[in-house]
Amino acid sequence: MALVFLLFSVLPGSFISGMGEDGRTTIDPAVMERMRKEMGLDDPLPQRFAQYLMHTVTGDLGKSFRTREPVTTLIGQRVWPSLKLVFAAMSFAILVGVTLGFLAALRPGSLVDTVSMVFAISGLSLSQFWFGLMLMYLFALKLQWLPSFGYGDGGLTHLILPAIALGVGPMALLARTTRAAVLDVLNADFVRTARSKGMSERRVVTWHVLRNALVLVVTIVGLQFGSLMGAAVVVEKLFAWPGVGSLLVDSVFQRDMPAVQGCILMIVLFFLAINTLVDIAYVVIDPRIRYGR
Amino acid sequence: MTAPLLKVDDLHIALSTESATYNAVEKVSFEIGRGEAFGLVGESGCGKSITALSVMGLLRRPLSLGGGKIVLDGEEIQDASAAEWRRLRGKRIAMIFQEPMTALNPLSPVGRQIAEMFVLHQGAGWTEAMDRAEDALRQVQVPSPERRIRDFPHQLSGGMRQRVMIAIALACGPELLIADEPTTALDVTVQAEIIDLMAALCAAKGTAILMISHDLGLVANMCRRVAVMYAGRIVEQQAADAIFAAPRHPYTQGLINSLPRLGERSRRGRQRLQEISGVVPSIAGYPSGCRFNPRCAAVTEVCREVSPEITPLPADGLVRCHHHG
Amino acid sequence: MRPLKLPRLKLSGGTSLWIGGGLVALAIAVAIAAPLIARTDPVMDANLMNAEIPPGLDFPFGTDAQGRDIYSRIVYGARISLTVGVVSQILNSLIGVTLGLTAGYWGGWWDDVVTGLTNLMLAIPSLIFALAIMAILGPGLVSLVIALGLTAWSYSCRVARAQVLSLKGQGYIQAARILGYGDLRIMFTQILPNILGPLIVIATLGMGGAILSEAALSFLGLGIRPPFPSWGSMLSEARDQITTAPWLSVFPGLAIFFTVLGLNLMGDGLRDILDPQSTTRRT
Repeated sequence: MALVFLLFSVLPGSFISGMGEDGRTTIDPAVMERMRKEMGLDDPLPQRFAQYLMHTVTGDLGKSFRTREPVTTLIGQRVWPSLKLVFAAMSFAILVGVTLGFLAALRPGSLVDTVSMVFAISGLSLSQFWFGLMLMYLFALKLQWLPSFGYGDGGLTHLILPAIALGVGPMALLARTTRAAVLDVLNADFVRTARSKGMSERRVVTWHVLRNALVLVVTIVGLQFGSLMGAAVVVEKLFAWPGVGSLLVDSVFQRDMPAVQGCILMIVLFFLAINTLVDIAYVVIDPRIRYGR
Repeated sequence: MTAPLLKVDDLHIALSTESATYNAVEKVSFEIGRGEAFGLVGESGCGKSITALSVMGLLRRPLSLGGGKIVLDGEEIQDASAAEWRRLRGKRIAMIFQEPMTALNPLSPVGRQIAEMFVLHQGAGWTEAMDRAEDALRQVQVPSPERRIRDFPHQLSGGMRQRVMIAIALACGPELLIADEPTTALDVTVQAEIIDLMAALCAAKGTAILMISHDLGLVANMCRRVAVMYAGRIVEQQAADAIFAAPRHPYTQGLINSLPRLGERSRRGRQRLQEISGVVPSIAGYPSGCRFNPRCAAVTEVCREVSPEITPLPADGLVRCHHHG
Repeated sequence: MRPLKLPRLKLSGGTSLWIGGGLVALAIAVAIAAPLIARTDPVMDANLMNAEIPPGLDFPFGTDAQGRDIYSRIVYGARISLTVGVVSQILNSLIGVTLGLTAGYWGGWWDDVVTGLTNLMLAIPSLIFALAIMAILGPGLVSLVIALGLTAWSYSCRVARAQVLSLKGQGYIQAARILGYGDLRIMFTQILPNILGPLIVIATLGMGGAILSEAALSFLGLGIRPPFPSWGSMLSEARDQITTAPWLSVFPGLAIFFTVLGLNLMGDGLRDILDPQSTTRRT
């Protein structure tokens, strides 16, 4: 994990040097020269890298090219909205996806099953932002039920559409995986034992099956956070959601390298945090890991 | 004769695939008396395990009960409702399976899994149930039971896990214990211990045993009566001594002959292990007539054409063969 | 007793494959036949007089703000989107399979390096990485393909490596070694054909992902730039007109949806046939 972190901070570091060359801005050379000096672009690479690391650790991510504000401030303002969006989307995905998958597994081959799985595979096939666009059109513009974009006062209504648009992909994958996991467990030997003990089907299912299937589900949730953040970038831009993702996009467009670096760093950090949480969750859920021989 | 505890009458179990439906088990009938140890022997795939499952009502797609009656203590149970099965399973009929590792819930401490029985069937509270679980472990001779109840299945050895299974099965004092190849997955040294334990506990509690195995020797030692199954049908049934001394069906004879024997025969020089030539037919390819005919040394024309019926033998035995020995 | 009949393809696997395959074939056909079935030139035929006409007889999918026929643009867009999907996926597979094969086969420090690299790649959301690469390379078709090709290879690498590890001990591999076959030869002629199954499945599903990523990047303005009609860039143009001309957004999105759906279904169907131990089987 530390390796990932380290390796990844090298990458943005190299952006600076790359940027310096093909900046293709309309700044005149003198200004550019000054900026270069200011940012220490003339210093040799290792020194720049060390400086960058030092700065990062102390929380100084440099100044944005564009607005000349400290990048840290810029990002700081946007972290909370992004977090809200990502967690809302994931909650939606888990609630709907796991439930659907679960129900589908309990009645394999039935109408519920087929419909759910068709639903799921469709969810995987749509462009999340197109879906978001359609949602926006339908619910916000035509029906006027929900606001179409922006953060608003931070309330729930503004969150709904973007969260659903973002969450539909993971939801679909979770539905499929949950279904497979539950089916696997339903056929497991110990479930047969449980039945032979005289347990009601309902109890068998809720107590034994669910807990065992959960292990697999947790893995997927962890993995999904990654792609969720990727998609979040687009969804944020679409809904004009003031999060880290849209900042990233804007910065990339404006060649605002420090901001880009900062955003990417933030995202990677978040991802690592989630992974750690998932690892911890594993230990809690699965005693085999806790007391493994 | 007093009424038997369990009577299985003309049992048929069907296997439905997308292309066709087959009779995995046909015309199976046997009785088990109260407290009696009864053995069911056969090779893999002969249908003995699914017969056992059907007595518990545990058949699932694509298997289903195709016909016949299962009578427990005078009551017919083959059409029992889900609620009725729940009252039977664990309480009056219990089962232990072949693979103790996979048969126990990996996420739950073993003590809890035993205690569950008391909570389910006897309305005990959890604390009381856990205490009784500890007792149960003691009864199956697990050392340091007070510590073991908190262990998870993967922390125990195969033999211990099977003891836990036995504890679970016998927890509520069932009238019948079905044991499906309980020792096959265990080390040879442990096998004997487990069998002895089962026999002792069941004798003490008056529990009847339906012992299912491919090992004729094991079964004959433990059980009073033995039935032999082949390709979904019972081909012979006799008292254990009789079946060894005078097997009537060619298949049984083959099974006995193939048992490796230490002692006089081998002293006469190296003896090849005798085998029954051929292989067990698959469900879809059962031969016509007597199902054993392709492998039988005494086969005649009638064996290939006509399926043999049951011929009763003295002392409550039976055999299904045109030539009965 | 009825004799055993050969079981026909299970309904789920079979149906998925046919429907999916059909959709994909349709998309390919459209792409290839574009000059024949499009009504106008998608880029040049811009007649402002025709701007923003809703779908109707003359223009089956309507026109956009520049007066271009959406239908034709979608048809031509198929070419671009499919090309991106296929080429980037090929690149992905090449990188992933080569790395996975060699890592699994040779083991040692190379394996460690590759595994570390794969884990790193898996840790970064691929879209973001692609975004970053596009930032350096600038927009355009070529950079798009490169970016996508370089960021999504981890999965095929992992699978290839796992497969190699499981096959490494097989008899015929040892035999080949004894006969003096070179390592590379063994890898590509002996092992590779045997692991193609799951790899094809991954490639199919990956193409769907590539098309979605292309759409996302083009939507952001980083991929195919207007006026070229990639489905993604059409959506980005359409966004501002959502209130006045909603049809502009519907059709490109539908095109993406059906194509990716087809690829996903096909991938699923293929998985049922080629990769029987996969844990996400339908039955």
